[in-house]
Amino acid sequence: MAEKIIMLALSPTMETGTIVKWHKKEGDDISSGDILCEVETDKATMDYESTTEGTLLKITSAAGSQVKVGEMIGIAGKPSEDISGLLKQAEPIVRKTETQKKVAGNEPVSDKLQNITPSEKEHAPYGVRASPLARQLALESGIDIQSIKGSGPGGRIIKQDVERVTAQGGQPETFTKEQFQQKIPLSDKRRIIAQRMTQSMISAPHFYLTIAVRMDYLVNSRNSLNSSIKSKITFNAFFIKLVAEALRKNPIVNSSWAEDFIIRHSSIDIGLAVAQKDGLITPVVRDCANKGIVAIDSELHDLVQRGREGRLSLQEYTEATFTISNLGSYGVRQFTAIINPPASAILAIGEIFDELSFSADGGYQKHHSMLMTLSCDHRVIDGAIAAQFAGDLKNMMENPITVLY
Amino acid sequence: MAVITVREALRQALEEEMDRDENVILMGEEVAEYSGAYKVSVNLLDKFGPERVIDTPISEEGFTGIGIGAAIAGMRPVVEWMTINFSLQAIDQIYNNAAKLLYMSGGQLKVPIVFRGPNGPAEYLASQHSQALQSIFCHCPGLKVMAPSSAYDAKGMLKAAIRDDNPVIFLESELMYSWKGEVPDREYLIPFGEADIKRNGSDVTLISFSKPVKLLLDAAVELAKEGISAEVIDLRTLKPLDEVTIFNSVKKTNRCVIVDEAWPFASVGSHIGYLVSSNCFDFLDAPVELVSSEDVPMPYNHRLELAVQPSIKKIIDTVKRVSYRS
Amino acid sequence: METAQVRQYSKEFLSGLMEKMLLIRRFEEKAAQMYGLQKIGGFCHLYIGQEASGVGSISAADLSRDFILTAYRDHGIALACGMKPGHLMAELFAKASGCSKGKGGSMHFFDSSLHFLGGNGIVGAHIPVATGVAFKIHLKKESGVVLCFFGDGAIHQGSFHESLNMAQIWKLPILYICENNQYGMGTDFRRVSAVTDFTVMGNSYGIKGKQTNGMDVLEVYNVVSGEIDRIRRESTPGFLEIRTYRYKGHSMSDPAKYRTRDELEAYREQDPLLLLKTKMLNDGHITEEQFEALDARIKKLCDDAVKFADKSDEPALQSIYDDVFA
Repeated sequence: MAEKIIMLALSPTMETGTIVKWHKKEGDDISSGDILCEVETDKATMDYESTTEGTLLKITSAAGSQVKVGEMIGIAGKPSEDISGLLKQAEPIVRKTETQKKVAGNEPVSDKLQNITPSEKEHAPYGVRASPLARQLALESGIDIQSIKGSGPGGRIIKQDVERVTAQGGQPETFTKEQFQQKIPLSDKRRIIAQRMTQSMISAPHFYLTIAVRMDYLVNSRNSLNSSIKSKITFNAFFIKLVAEALRKNPIVNSSWAEDFIIRHSSIDIGLAVAQKDGLITPVVRDCANKGIVAIDSELHDLVQRGREGRLSLQEYTEATFTISNLGSYGVRQFTAIINPPASAILAIGEIFDELSFSADGGYQKHHSMLMTLSCDHRVIDGAIAAQFAGDLKNMMENPITVLY
Repeated sequence: MAVITVREALRQALEEEMDRDENVILMGEEVAEYSGAYKVSVNLLDKFGPERVIDTPISEEGFTGIGIGAAIAGMRPVVEWMTINFSLQAIDQIYNNAAKLLYMSGGQLKVPIVFRGPNGPAEYLASQHSQALQSIFCHCPGLKVMAPSSAYDAKGMLKAAIRDDNPVIFLESELMYSWKGEVPDREYLIPFGEADIKRNGSDVTLISFSKPVKLLLDAAVELAKEGISAEVIDLRTLKPLDEVTIFNSVKKTNRCVIVDEAWPFASVGSHIGYLVSSNCFDFLDAPVELVSSEDVPMPYNHRLELAVQPSIKKIIDTVKRVSYRS
Repeated sequence: METAQVRQYSKEFLSGLMEKMLLIRRFEEKAAQMYGLQKIGGFCHLYIGQEASGVGSISAADLSRDFILTAYRDHGIALACGMKPGHLMAELFAKASGCSKGKGGSMHFFDSSLHFLGGNGIVGAHIPVATGVAFKIHLKKESGVVLCFFGDGAIHQGSFHESLNMAQIWKLPILYICENNQYGMGTDFRRVSAVTDFTVMGNSYGIKGKQTNGMDVLEVYNVVSGEIDRIRRESTPGFLEIRTYRYKGHSMSDPAKYRTRDELEAYREQDPLLLLKTKMLNDGHITEEQFEALDARIKKLCDDAVKFADKSDEPALQSIYDDVFA
């Protein structure tokens, strides 16, 4: 009996195939396993091996035709057979993926396969920390869970809290946010910092000016100095020394407001803000104008060390006539500081960063740069004076030879 | 009632079931002439002969599969793995044949077989011989899993396991073989899926199985001194799990601490934690807690190996935490 | 010589062999077609070319007492055991009326009533199981023999070697049949085997091996008959390598590019059906017309199998929980 030769899926994802070439012609004998034709699938060109036997009576899809999986491409049978009936059957065989899957009966799907219907009960808002049981008990007792104080970890409302409120007749408890917060007792140091900073901010009218400094010379000088001596001089020692020189040129910046008069200090005593575990301290290097960098550095090293450990005596960290705060090592680019009384100015120093600048010939160079911001007490220092001081300091930093001017 | 060891209870269970049904055979490494590496099969060779108490070569995959083949052909083999650690050599047979032949054959092939041997941490055995592998077996559908904690349970449970028509993984414990307990003279069976409340309590539910049940009972005594009343549930059967007993207890106590000697990730304990959280959510007054072994291979050093495992102190600390008493 | 050999067998016997082989050939062709129409999914390993191996072997067995186990190329073995094409096609179509209720598929045909115990998808994993069935026959002092079929790929698994050792020490009635179709998936067995003569594989276990031409159903029948007789008499295991060839790729997605068309054509010239048909024609046991009538009848059987599978229902959704446990 003649039968249709149908296009088969020659790759798992194939939906149509193009017949590239027939290996058999009409009238040829074919046996199962023979290559009938080559089919280009969505992936590759594959051999179509016959799954039928007999004579190839008719090729219904010539080379080049595109055929859907399941459609007839030819007819096989015995030489004399009548195939007119088959030829009329142009309709493709329906593939499983296109048919409606038949499932036995219309059975209820087992509970395990069904989604669980969400509870209709209204639960307490989930911003409140409460154990599920406490929520349930509060719901049953008609108590607003937000009115209950939690005694569990992090203020979690637990069973015994609900029971306590229930025992009190369900009266709401005063609910504050305090139960979620931790109270840290004030240390004396924290109290003093708070007082001094507030006092400074309220009484001294602050103004600020920021100036950019090319740091190439200072960076190079420090490198060459450090390569010639045993210890490593810090930038802070350079800053203190150069600030001292600038103050010498601008003595009004090295003064204090004393309500009825202004004190111009004879000694330049520079404090450096140092972070401690529980606060900060400002060790003071005295008489900086008359000390060299190496001396300043070694003194500073000792003071900072003992400052961090909290082993400074009172006179070692009070009465600075000027203060420096350097947050550059934290990656801070620029910031403003609060004046540390009795000084009238504080210098806030940012990080040293790379910057490109264009030269006259149109090329460009990389520079080390730094931003520093001076906070001034306007009662003592006016803008022009501050600017003059800042300009002098900038010049000295960029070209320390000017110290000699 | 006689007081006997767990070892003797298991031996009696084997002897009674072999007396009862001639299709029951015992096979494995050293089970016959040596009487078992842990002496569970003492005298069985003499009584039943080499046709029913069979020494095998050290070929875990082979004899595990042969046991399965004998089972589908009508025998009821008890296959002893010298320790559960060696079952890993045979895990393909357990997972792909014992557990699945019934399902794949559309219900045609039953596999009535018991695999038994010591599981869980022992002492001074280091990483390869001292581990709790119950999660592996509980993970695979088609296997039943049992783990007794006393001589009484061991006997009644092994007898039930041998009579069951399914593959049963029966987890013993090396350190428990010499534990003693009362066992009645009459015959009894402990059915699958029945947990045992080993101690009643009202404040917290403690759940475990096998050897750590003793830790739970000791911890419960200590907790009682501080006014915390702990209920101790011994699961006995890990699969199928007695969920009803667990949920009823947690709904009563509102707190749940699970103790499992296995590693914490994807363990029996962590699964029970999920079940309790999901089914008892509105009854929980504290998070469900799991006291497991540390997530490390077992060290040889004794101080370290004890530190790795659940302890009475760890259990008590955890109970206090969930009771808001720490 | 050939004619003389053929005359040893009755016309009915030879027709029976022809009918079985033709059924397998046509069934597999139909399966390939249906796979192409995506009515069959996943793995589908065809037996075309290997018909003489399964039919010759199983015709030599007495399925009232003997047992058959094989790997995943199981369609031909199942048909040779007498399973109905409709039940098999329905299983391929994943229908509830399939021999494994639609849960096994191509690799997991079973019919325990016919003593055909699968149908195993893990290479070599059924060899210990088959050995276990022989173990039961041995323990119960029954007269059956187990035929355990596997491919050339399985022979290097530990399960094979462990099984042979135990079969020999316990004197088990089992014939291990390696159907060497020469390719383990896409790998020529000569590339991965230290020996190319598999008959030596049992030597370490004291099992003498035999080899036979798997394209000649009568030779296979003769050799297997002889082995089954010997095993029944002596109760010692045997090993037989059947050299055969699969015409198709390893599975449906394998275009078999690792071998030449010439090699395939050479084997098709000694096609097992062609070989037997020629003998029967020469001997006057069958005429061309009779053969065509037989072929038409078998094609109709396979068409009917497809119709049966097509109109069968899918398994009920809740049946996923059936047969996990007995």
